[in-house]
Parts: sequence; C-alpha cells; structure tokens
Amino acid sequence: MLEFTQQLINGLSLGAIYALIALGYTMVYGIILLINFAHGDIMMVGAYVGFFSISLLGSNIIVAMVFAMVTCALLGVVIEKVAYRPLRNSTRIAALITAIGMSLFLEYVTLYFLTAQQRVYPASAFPLHKYEIAGLVISNKDIFIIVSAVILMIILQYIIKRTKTGKAMRAVSLDQEAAVLMGISVDNIVSITFAIGSALAAAAGVMIGLYYNAINPLMGIIPGLKAFVAAVLGGIGLIPGAMVGGFLMGILETLVSGYWSSMYRDAVAFGVLILILLIKPTGLFGKNTGEKV
Amino acid sequence: MLKKKWAKKSALLVLAVFMLVVVAGCGGGADKTPGGDKAAGKDTIKVGINCELSGQVASYGDNSRNGAMIAIDEINKAGGVLGKQLEPLVRDCQSKTDEAMNVSAALVDEGMVAQIGPLTSGTVEGSTSVMMENQIPLIAPAATANKVTVDEKTGKVRDYIFRVCYRDSDQGQRMADFALNDLKVKKAAIFGSTSDDYAKGLAKYFKEEFEAKGGTIVAEEGFMNLDKEFRGTLTKIRGKNPEFIYVPGYYTEVSVLIKQARELGITVPIGGGDGWDSPDMVKVAGAEALNDTYFTNHYSVEDPNPAIQAFVKAYEAKHKKAPDSFAALGYDAVKLLADAITRAGSADPIKIKEALEQTKDFAGITGTMSIDQQHNPVKNIVIIEYKDGKLVSR
Amino acid sequence: MQDKKRTWGKFILEVIFLVALFTLVQYFITTGILNRYYQINLTLMGINVILAVSLNLINGFTGQLSLGHAGFMAIGAFASVIMTTMLEYPFIIGIIIAMLAAAVAGFIIGVPTLRLKGDYLAIATLGFGEIIRVVLQNIDYTGGPAGISGIAKMTTWPVLFIAVVVTIVVIVNMINSSYGRAIISVREDEVAAEIMGINTTKYKVLAFVVGAAFAGLAGALYAHYFYIIKPETFNFLKSFDILVMVVLGGLGSTTGAVIAAMFITVLNAFLQEYAAVRMIIYALILIIVMIYRPQGLLGNKELTRKSFDRIWGGKHVSSANK
Repeated sequence: MLEFTQQLINGLSLGAIYALIALGYTMVYGIILLINFAHGDIMMVGAYVGFFSISLLGSNIIVAMVFAMVTCALLGVVIEKVAYRPLRNSTRIAALITAIGMSLFLEYVTLYFLTAQQRVYPASAFPLHKYEIAGLVISNKDIFIIVSAVILMIILQYIIKRTKTGKAMRAVSLDQEAAVLMGISVDNIVSITFAIGSALAAAAGVMIGLYYNAINPLMGIIPGLKAFVAAVLGGIGLIPGAMVGGFLMGILETLVSGYWSSMYRDAVAFGVLILILLIKPTGLFGKNTGEKV
Repeated sequence: MLKKKWAKKSALLVLAVFMLVVVAGCGGGADKTPGGDKAAGKDTIKVGINCELSGQVASYGDNSRNGAMIAIDEINKAGGVLGKQLEPLVRDCQSKTDEAMNVSAALVDEGMVAQIGPLTSGTVEGSTSVMMENQIPLIAPAATANKVTVDEKTGKVRDYIFRVCYRDSDQGQRMADFALNDLKVKKAAIFGSTSDDYAKGLAKYFKEEFEAKGGTIVAEEGFMNLDKEFRGTLTKIRGKNPEFIYVPGYYTEVSVLIKQARELGITVPIGGGDGWDSPDMVKVAGAEALNDTYFTNHYSVEDPNPAIQAFVKAYEAKHKKAPDSFAALGYDAVKLLADAITRAGSADPIKIKEALEQTKDFAGITGTMSIDQQHNPVKNIVIIEYKDGKLVSR
Repeated sequence: MQDKKRTWGKFILEVIFLVALFTLVQYFITTGILNRYYQINLTLMGINVILAVSLNLINGFTGQLSLGHAGFMAIGAFASVIMTTMLEYPFIIGIIIAMLAAAVAGFIIGVPTLRLKGDYLAIATLGFGEIIRVVLQNIDYTGGPAGISGIAKMTTWPVLFIAVVVTIVVIVNMINSSYGRAIISVREDEVAAEIMGINTTKYKVLAFVVGAAFAGLAGALYAHYFYIIKPETFNFLKSFDILVMVVLGGLGSTTGAVIAAMFITVLNAFLQEYAAVRMIIYALILIIVMIYRPQGLLGNKELTRKSFDRIWGGKHVSSANK
C-alpha cells in the first residue's frame, strides 16, 4: 500500500506536466481541428529558453518560466501564421503533414544551432528539499510543479469562462461561421489560442528542465505524443478533459513502470490511445457529436 | 492490353531514370581510383571519421569526434605523420547501421587509409563488411560488444577491426568482483539500459560473475535510452532491499536515475561502467547524490598525468566543458592510428593493420595498451569513486 | 487491327528495353565499374521506391494518412530473417513469408483503425507503428533492442530489380482495375462512394493490406542487404522519411513516388557531409510542398504514353485512360 501511494505521488508531478502540454493540444484542436504535432517541440523550446534565462541571465525560476512562456507564446503565433493559416481551408491531412514538418523543423534547427549535447539546469536554480511524511517521499520540486500547474489551469479556466476573449474562443470552437457572423475575428482568436497553448507548453518545458535537470533537442517528441494521448483520453477539445487526462496518463505511466515493466511505458500510452479511439473516441468527458468517427 | 502497356510504361520510366543515374554514376565512378593510390598521391593522409552526429547517440558521437579532432590538430601542429598532414574526412552515419555502411563506402571512394568510429557496436558492424572488403582498418573508440572484433558464429577475429576500449565482459566482471570483495555486498539489483548492446553486455557479465562468486541478484530491471522517469521502477527495486545496485548505461540517463534513487531514499552503493564518465553526472545528479557510487573507467579526468591534463585543457578550451570518456577514447583512437602509421613507415592500409596488430604498450590517455590477438586492448581497468563530486581512484 | 499490332510492337520493345537495362547494370556491377558505394545507393533507391509506391497506394490513392509504414517494413524484415537465418529456408520463402506477415499485420491494424477519420487514423497508425517497434524491442528471440546481425546477403541486383518492377506493375495494375477505381472513389468522396454501393471499409482495408505487404517486401530486401536489423531502425522517423518521398512526388502519382524516392536517396547521399541539414531540408520540403504545391511534383498525373506523345507530337488513339 505504501509503495502504491508512493507511485501515485510520483505520477502526480509527471501528470501535471502532461496536463499542461495536453491543454495546448486540446485548445488548438478545439479551435481549428488540427493536431499540432509541433506542440511537444514548443515545449522543448520553452525548456531551452528557460535554461538560457537561468544560466546566461541569472534569473530565478519564476522569471525564467515567465520569460519562456512569453517567448513561446510569440513562437506559437508565428508558426500558426506562417504554416497553418494558409492551410485553414485545405484538407486536414495537408495540415497534419505540415504540422509534422514544423515539428521536424523545430527539432533539427535547434539541433543544428545548439548541438545534440544535453544542457543541464543548474541545481542552484532550485535547491532540492525532500520531505518525508509517513514513509512517503515528496520533494519541493514535486510540490512546485503540481501547485504551479494547478494555478495555471485555474487562470486558464478563468480566462475561458469569465473573459470576453474566452467567450469568443468558446464561440469559435463551437461554430466558426456563426462566430464570424457575430463579428468575432477568427484569425485573432486562433492566434490567441495558440499563444496561450504554447505558453502552457513552455511552462511544462521549464518544469521538465527543472525536474529532470537535463534537456536536449529531441526531448519534446515522446512527451508530446503522450500528452496528445492524454488530451484524447479526456476528450479532445475539452479543457477539463485535458487536465484529467494528463494526470491519468502520468499516474498510469508510473504504475506501469512500477508494477509491470518500464520497457512497455510507451507502448501502453499508445495502447490507451487506440483503445479510446475504438471504444469512445470522444473521450471520457466527450459528448457524441457524430462527425468524428 | 492497354493496362499492361500502361503499367509497363511506368516501369519503363523508372528504369529510364535508373539508367540515367547509373550512367551518371559511371561517369563519376571512372574518376575514382581505389583508396591506396589516392591517399599516397597527395600530401595528406586521409583519415575517415565516421561518427554518429545525429540520431540517438548524437551527443556521444559528437564528443568522440571532438576528441578525435583535438588529436588530429595536435598531431598536425607537431608536423603530421611521416611528414604528411592528417586530413580528417568527417561524416555522419546518423546512428543508422545502413548509413554507416554507406558512409564507409563513400569514404573508401575518397581514399581514406583508416576509419575512426563509429561509436556503437551496431553501427561498427554496419561498417565492417565494407572495411573488410577493401582491406582498410577500422579503430572503434567505444564499441564494447564482444562480437565487434570476433565473429561469434565462426570464432574468427575480424581482420581489420580494432578497438581502444574494453569489452563488456571486462568491465562487468570487474565491477562484480569489486562489489563482492571491496564493498562486501551479497545481494545486488541490476537496473540497466536495455537499448543497446553495451549496457546489456555489462549487465550480463556482471550477473554471471556476481552469481558465480556467491552473490544473489534480487532484481533485474531495465530502462530505455532517453528515459527520464525511473521512480516507478526504483520504488519497486527499493522494495526488494538490495545491498548494491548496478546501473550500466550512459550518463544521460544514469545521472537522472541516481538523483531520483537518492530522492526516494535509496542509500546503498551504486555502480556502473565507463558510460558514466562525464562532467554532466555531477551537474545533473549533484555531488551529494553521487557519494558512494563507483564506476569502471579507463582513467580519471582529474589524474595529474601531464598527457591527460593537456588533453583536458585543450578540450575545455575548445568546447567550454570537460571531456567525457567518448572524447578521450576518440582522442586515443587517432593517436593509436598515428602511432601505427609511424611504426609501419607507410600509409598503406594493409601495413597499418599489421602495425596495429603489433601494438605494444602504446601510451594512450585512457591507459597504456597493447593490442591482443583478438584486436582488443589489454589495459588497466580503474575503479573510480565519487567523493563530494570529485573522482577518486580506488 | 493496326492498333493491336502497334500495341504488341510497343510491348516487345518495352520488354527488350527492360532486359537491356537490367543487363547493362548487371554488367557494370560485375565488372566493378559500379563500386560498392553506388551499389549501396542503388539498393537503397530500389527499397525506397518500393516503400514510396506502396505508401502512396494508402496515402495517395486511398486518401488515408498512414504514419506507421515503417512498422510493416519491420515485420517484413524480421519475418524474413527468422525464415532464412534461423530456420534456414531459401530467400524466396523468406520474402513470401515477409509479405504475408506484413499483410496480416496490415489487416489486423487496418480493420479497427480504418473506421477512424483523417487525423485520428493518422495518429492511430503512428501509435501502432510505435507499438510494433516496442514489442519487437522486447522479444528476446529476435535479439531485443540489438536486433539480429550477420544476415546473409541475398538481395542482389536481379532480385532487387525484379522486386521493384513487380511492385510497380502490381500496384499500377491495381489502380487501373475496378479495385483501383473503387479506392480512388473512397478518396474523392467517401460518403458518395458508400451511397454508390461501394463497401468503403473493404477497399480501404484492401489498399492497406497491399501497401503493407509491399512494405514487408522492402523490409526483407533491406535486411538481406544491410545484414543488421534493429527495431530502432524502423521508428516513426523512418515512416516520416517515406512520407516525405510520397508528399514530394505527389499524393496519388505512382510515377511521382518513384521519382521522389530516387531523388531523396540521391539527396541523402549528397548530404552525407551535412547531415544536420538533411532533416531540416526534409522538414522544409514537407511544409513548403504542403503550403505552395500540395499536389507535389506530379499531382496525380502519371507519365503515360499519352503524355509522351503529347510532348513529342505523335498520333494516338484517344482513350479515357489517364
């Protein structure tokens, strides 16, 4: 029982990170029905920006995170304008292929300029403290990640539910044509969505850098895919779904490593995806809208 | 009828293009002469450097290439070999076995007299057939699988393949003996990388030796390269109460693993192989986590030996960080090659191969080595302990 | 009547041409004019052509974006090696088993996933490709992550040549048959096709299975030339490599796929010195082609006799053939 609870705790911080990335996926999909393959790589860029902010500018972790979030928000907007907007009216396959291309582009440009060498977040940026409660170990990093993730999600919910922009975002994702008739600038809303999603991914990237210490140009691929699975699991296009899905995936992954074998972690993640797509493609929180399958 | 014709038309087009390429290839091919002539004709000695510069093990391949280049620069500054400058031909085999073959073939065409690299056993095997066909020696800096130099099926030595690193069996056994005799532990867990032959080899030989000498293995778990999350499995291992954990793998993963192990309250000694050797270990895991950890290695980067320190300084000056074992091995591979060429008195690949086979007491920075009958180096294996972030030889 | 004579005449000419080409290259190889380097790249070219043409059948003609093609290649590779190296059957048996195994995998994966649409299908196939890779990495019989090495070299020029020709002929013939028309109708408008009484699932699965089988063939050829196969070789990056070829050539043009496959192989060889840039170039190809010329180089046109005649101004009997 103790071990199980420890595994659960281990899974929570991983889950928080997946949840943040999944939010970006789900928001973009909800708005323009695109699986932004490059999302995981935006997370990677965020991790690098955070790294350089700490090591070159000497900023503390919060400043680094904010800086990364702002940079990636801009990056997300640029990517959308350059690569995805021209394909707004093309087939979804064309957009998906372009997203794959963008993902590869981000990875290999980073590789080209920064080499394959991993970068290490200085331990001084966030000195580690372990806490032991009733035989369970939790560190201040765990707490920081989980708390920050929850705070960001609360802020996001506020934006979506209580602001005019949020209302516009919901309108566009419900019915794009009607939204245009209502005078909403779809282009702007899409840009804002990308900005917010990318900012969240950047935060996740900094957290990964902080938590695992080392970052490299290809770090975004697998977490990106798993976060996508999380978004689908919760219900793609649904924000609460992405949050719950993220935590579930994190916990599932840790349990699989703990009780079965860590070798099958990735396969299980994809297995979950396929099961969901076959059984309930709209996800845990999704309603049947008919079109998808 | 029309359909068949139509289909044939497409095939025709395919083959027409094939032919064009072939003709173009012929035109190009005619210009190229077999390696020896080209190499001898000019004023340089061409050394192929076939490394993984992209793909899975890119960061290690990078370092190996860096180390090799430092050696080449050093040698050229001192006047080259046999009066000629070494000309490095650096190519990326992308961590793919087929590309390794392709690159070696291309380098042969360009007239290399020997090849340094690639890094992993799989990619070295990819190059092997081309090297053997063309009778050009290959010096592997860090490929440690036993089968790299010896064909497992026939038991014969692979004629033109050499290496400057230990074999998996050497390292795995050494650590097992150390754990049993020096640390006096009887129960060990193995948590190693399963993504490559190196770590799997180490694990296998460690287990064999440990059990043969009376120890028990209480858990055997694996992780994949590029993994970052080990706590699930570590918790599981923690529950089995090992007295020692063997973690064969590369520092990229091992550093994170050790950090997480300590965070979970695992305090027993942890051991590993030369894949640990990198300044990143301390950077990622922190000095405190690394206390009571040990690894088998060729040398210590803090060894006051002037040759080693000169290398470390040169590397730090050029790359702004300390070298890892891959860099050091890349350096030694080039130095060994230069030494062999000097002894052979010629840049003819076959003579170089013979000189390599006769290497005795070559003073490399990763140890003084002699090449044995199976083309493996005979050299000391050092056990290094981390004490407050510093490397101490045991 | 005159037409038939011309047809037969042309046919014989083509066969002669094929034979001549084959013999020419074989001669070059035997005499060593085409040295190892060119042989390696020629083999790669042939394998890439088979991969591109088979993926094009699924992505281009059927309009189903499959991102797990490398998984089928893996199955073919390992199946053929188990046959030849472990059970010591001749190569041809290995090839047949490879194609069968890959086809079966295509069926098993196709039936559930082809119910999905567009991006979901794509991700599901990507997932399956990865699952295949992970499973292979964990099977000790096939060597785990280190795979199998020391495979005998059985892919010679004749074998490669015949394989490529057979692949192209089979797939092109399939496209031009009633099966092909059904498949294309699925791409053009699936709902309309259903209404017209076409069992879209059956045809989607058919295309998937055939495409997978030929990917398996490519895998077998690859294994028996490059003599080492590891599960990692067949990861999603490999699937993306093939996708780049198909996208560049034109989704829906077999000729395009062939040309693009050859072009990419040559490009890869040229970029050996600048491999860091290689992937950036591929990424840009995907993005730029999709935005500015989504139909790729050839769109869905093929180079046929009609177009040759049009270029060189010959007479031809008008036909509905494209």
